[in-house]
Amino acid sequence: MESCPSIKNILLLDSEGNRVAVKYYSDEWPNNSVKEAFEKSLFSKTQKTNARTEAEIAMFESHIIVYKFVQDLHFFVTGAENENELILVTVLQGFFDAVGLLLRGTVDKKEALENLDLILLCLDEIVDGGIILETDANVIAGKVASHSIDAAAPLSEQTISQALATAREHLARSLLK
Amino acid sequence: MAQPLVKKDDDRDDEADYSPFLGIEKGAVLQEARVFNDPQLDPRRCSQVITKLLYLLNQGETFTKVEATEVFFAVTKLFQSKDIGLRRMVYVMIKELSPSADEVIIVTSSLMKDMTSKTDMYRANAIRVLCRITDGTLLTQIERYLKQAIVDKNPVVASAALVSGIHLLQTNPEIVKRWSNEVQEAVQSRAALVQFHALALLHQIRQNDRLAVNKLVSSLTKGSVRSPLAQCLLIRYTSQVIRESANNNQAGDRPFYDFLEGCLRHKAEMVIFEAARAITELNGVTSRELTPAITVLQLFLSSSKPVLRFAAVRTLNKVAMTHPVAVTNCNIDMESLISDQNRSIATLAITTLLKTGNESSVDRLMKQITNFMSDIADEFKIVVVEAIRSLCLKFPLKHRSLMNFLSNILREEGGFEYKKAIVDSIVILIRDIPEAKESGLLHLCEFIEDCEFTYLSTQILHFLGIEGPKTSDPSKYIRYIYNRVHLENATVRAGAVSTLAKFGAMVDTLKPRVFVLLRRCLFDNDDEVRDRATLYINTLGGDGAVVETGEDVKEFLFGSLDIPLVNLENSLKNYEPSEESFDINSVPKEVKTQPLAEKKAPGKKPTGLGASPAGPPSTVDAYEKLLSSIPEFANFGKLFKSSAPVELTEAETEYAVNVVKHIFDGHVVFQYNCTNTIPEQLLENVTVIVDASEAEEFAEVASKPLRSLPYDSPGQTFVAFEKPEGVPAVGKFSNMLRFIVKEVDPSTGEAEDDGVEDEYQLEELEVVAADYMLKVGVSNFRNAWETMDADCERVDEYGLGPRESLAEAVNAVINLLGMQPCEGTEVVPNNSRSHTCLLSGVYIGNVKVLVRLQFGLDGPKDVAMKLAVRSEDEAVSDAIHEIVASG
Repeated sequence: MESCPSIKNILLLDSEGNRVAVKYYSDEWPNNSVKEAFEKSLFSKTQKTNARTEAEIAMFESHIIVYKFVQDLHFFVTGAENENELILVTVLQGFFDAVGLLLRGTVDKKEALENLDLILLCLDEIVDGGIILETDANVIAGKVASHSIDAAAPLSEQTISQALATAREHLARSLLK
Repeated sequence: MAQPLVKKDDDRDDEADYSPFLGIEKGAVLQEARVFNDPQLDPRRCSQVITKLLYLLNQGETFTKVEATEVFFAVTKLFQSKDIGLRRMVYVMIKELSPSADEVIIVTSSLMKDMTSKTDMYRANAIRVLCRITDGTLLTQIERYLKQAIVDKNPVVASAALVSGIHLLQTNPEIVKRWSNEVQEAVQSRAALVQFHALALLHQIRQNDRLAVNKLVSSLTKGSVRSPLAQCLLIRYTSQVIRESANNNQAGDRPFYDFLEGCLRHKAEMVIFEAARAITELNGVTSRELTPAITVLQLFLSSSKPVLRFAAVRTLNKVAMTHPVAVTNCNIDMESLISDQNRSIATLAITTLLKTGNESSVDRLMKQITNFMSDIADEFKIVVVEAIRSLCLKFPLKHRSLMNFLSNILREEGGFEYKKAIVDSIVILIRDIPEAKESGLLHLCEFIEDCEFTYLSTQILHFLGIEGPKTSDPSKYIRYIYNRVHLENATVRAGAVSTLAKFGAMVDTLKPRVFVLLRRCLFDNDDEVRDRATLYINTLGGDGAVVETGEDVKEFLFGSLDIPLVNLENSLKNYEPSEESFDINSVPKEVKTQPLAEKKAPGKKPTGLGASPAGPPSTVDAYEKLLSSIPEFANFGKLFKSSAPVELTEAETEYAVNVVKHIFDGHVVFQYNCTNTIPEQLLENVTVIVDASEAEEFAEVASKPLRSLPYDSPGQTFVAFEKPEGVPAVGKFSNMLRFIVKEVDPSTGEAEDDGVEDEYQLEELEVVAADYMLKVGVSNFRNAWETMDADCERVDEYGLGPRESLAEAVNAVINLLGMQPCEGTEVVPNNSRSHTCLLSGVYIGNVKVLVRLQFGLDGPKDVAMKLAVRSEDEAVSDAIHEIVASG
């Protein structure tokens, strides 16, 4: 009970419930088919809700799930039943905004897949083994982007340089605040 | 709101086209991974291949051990590249592969080099990866660097080391514990997240040292925590300290409450909510403590963010179970949530309202719920049904509209669990509210006319058989029951036949008609149905004439089996066909496992069909049966009341003992439920030695020892006392458990022959006045009060002295008398200066008692009470006053 807040999984699905990127931190889902079943039923349960302006929340199979949609992308963060809902939503918002920064505003499935490396690095920077690492989108995006600084941009060069510019700009702004 | 760019079916092909991973295949990607071995590395190309590999893993593709190991070795080559972006991907890849590949340890040296690098990003990530793949020996080698990293100037590095520490604590606690000085230093860090991670790790290191946690909390609550997440943690640790100190610190202000309350004014919503929730969950929270927390939650209710509304309403819903009055202030906000788009929020809001609402709002609420039931899921509907049931029990006068609501939703579509919840609720209402009986039974009858669930049909038929004949016009049920014989499957038909027979047996005028109907069943094509019909025709006897049914027939039809079914089943299994027929008297009557089941649900009312009179016996029936099966107690007469179990041992002691007080007219029997929690011991000849020197009116007359008490298999021992007949004698008893203990060999499970006598001190138990009072509600208090003879009324006034609150005083008096509060009057509205509470009950000797309590605040905290008692016996009215006067 007095434990550290923990995240059970972070899911990024497309508008048909297929995976774009997912990361599980809890062994409650022992294998891939159980995970897929969870994603499918979660997707169909939340599909009709309007989670585009504000993050929505649901109780599902004794988990608390917060979620937010944009274009054809569905973002989910799952936590334990007795978890502080607002902590979960902070993580969700951090992920959501960081992806927005990294994809420089064009957040849809196409961009996400073309920059999958950024999305995966982003997940890696948010949570480590269920423990929240960072929730500030600017910091997350800054860390992900800075890592690619010297790399020739993967997949789409323009995308990454622009992402960098946006991320730096945001970072600078947040520092000036 | 932005219009979602939903892809139409016709351009699905385009959609597939733009995926960079279209047609990706594992074998080909593994081939591509050979570029990792090129002497001239192309970082961009390598990154792409890694991304493809990660994509495959993410989609659920698995690599064989050989494949994983091969890729892993190839990836390690990439440490030669100086490209930062590539290195970052390499770290992620190693973490993904580490569970499935062999020999991951070979990257250790590369990672250790990165760990001491000048680049912060290398250090942070190398630590995270290294700690993921490390083992105990390796950890001792790198421990020095980790300690340094914890206090590193760069927050990312420090956090990486701290979080890794939290993970490593599970596997190598003794090593991580050595870092506490560094972690302590990190708690003071200026970086928000470092502080959060350091606090989490420090607490986990010290969690078993209560004093250290206490010190940690006291120093941090003075205010040096910057990060909201760390503040949430601190709130959790603080409530833990409060909980643990509660036992030693009964009086005075709660320690650290001020800190929690201060957090309600924090600027982060996360912290405000965490603190509000912590306050509502405090043990024995007072309404004064609750108020500020409820106020902030109320603000959240009208937030534009669904998550905030959900969090608030979920917490308030929990509070409403224990402190309904505290939540009433939020009722207006709560009502606007009934139409919330998020159905979870709407359901939580409505069930909260049902708990906090008063009688006048019931009808309005019901109207709103009706609109909303059709579009929520079954599991939420069950929550609503349960809330309605408790509401109906609270306001019996409203039974008509609530019962109508239940019958309406019973007719609508729904799954088994939902329908069962409704049927259970109706049954409970029929049982507890006599006025609701006839309409309730008719609703059930209509339901079985079109019921797809065999289980529910048979249960309802059974219940009808018990309750139907006792109504004013039993004949109207016959049609519904006989329809079943025509229209249903064999199981339901057999059930209907039994129910018909019960009507025939109980209502003599109906017997000829029932007889005719039963005869028709003789031609049923199912043998069970035919057998039952034949059996009942013979037992009812009288060839269809209007004659009285014999007692033994009624006993046969209605009497329940006084043998536990489990025992009967065992005996039947052991019975071997022979000349000797099976003797039902040879089945043991001792109930073995029942007390355990009871312990799991202490104080819970038996619910649903199971609690109907002839279903599995309810608690009181079970006790009565148990006691009457013991010859020593058989002549004590009718059991008046059995108390809820009172624990006589602390939780998690060697032997767990609780006691149930059974009150008879002239006797009291203590039933000690004992559980032996030591696998290596067998207890024999278990008795409780009771010292009744502080209970002068009681004299021990009998005791029944427990022959043997094996590990984890509860058993009972009894001690009986005689007391003056009909007198509510009170007293204190001290108890000592005495037994012979034998060692048990854990491998064979066999006990040694020789045992040692031993004793175990139990806590004291008290027989109090409330033990002589049965909680029996009345549905219309005013009527009941008026019909009671005014001559037997006794009125007096009492000063209760300074009290915490009016509500607390009301509760204290209710508990003292042990009576049933009526019409929801046990609930005291906030800030009221006076309150009237209505109680009803049955006193020993079966005397009905009604009590009207009027409380008033006299000065700032002093509570004065006017007590008016009416009962069927003025001596009892006096006795009630005596209880209050001496309490």
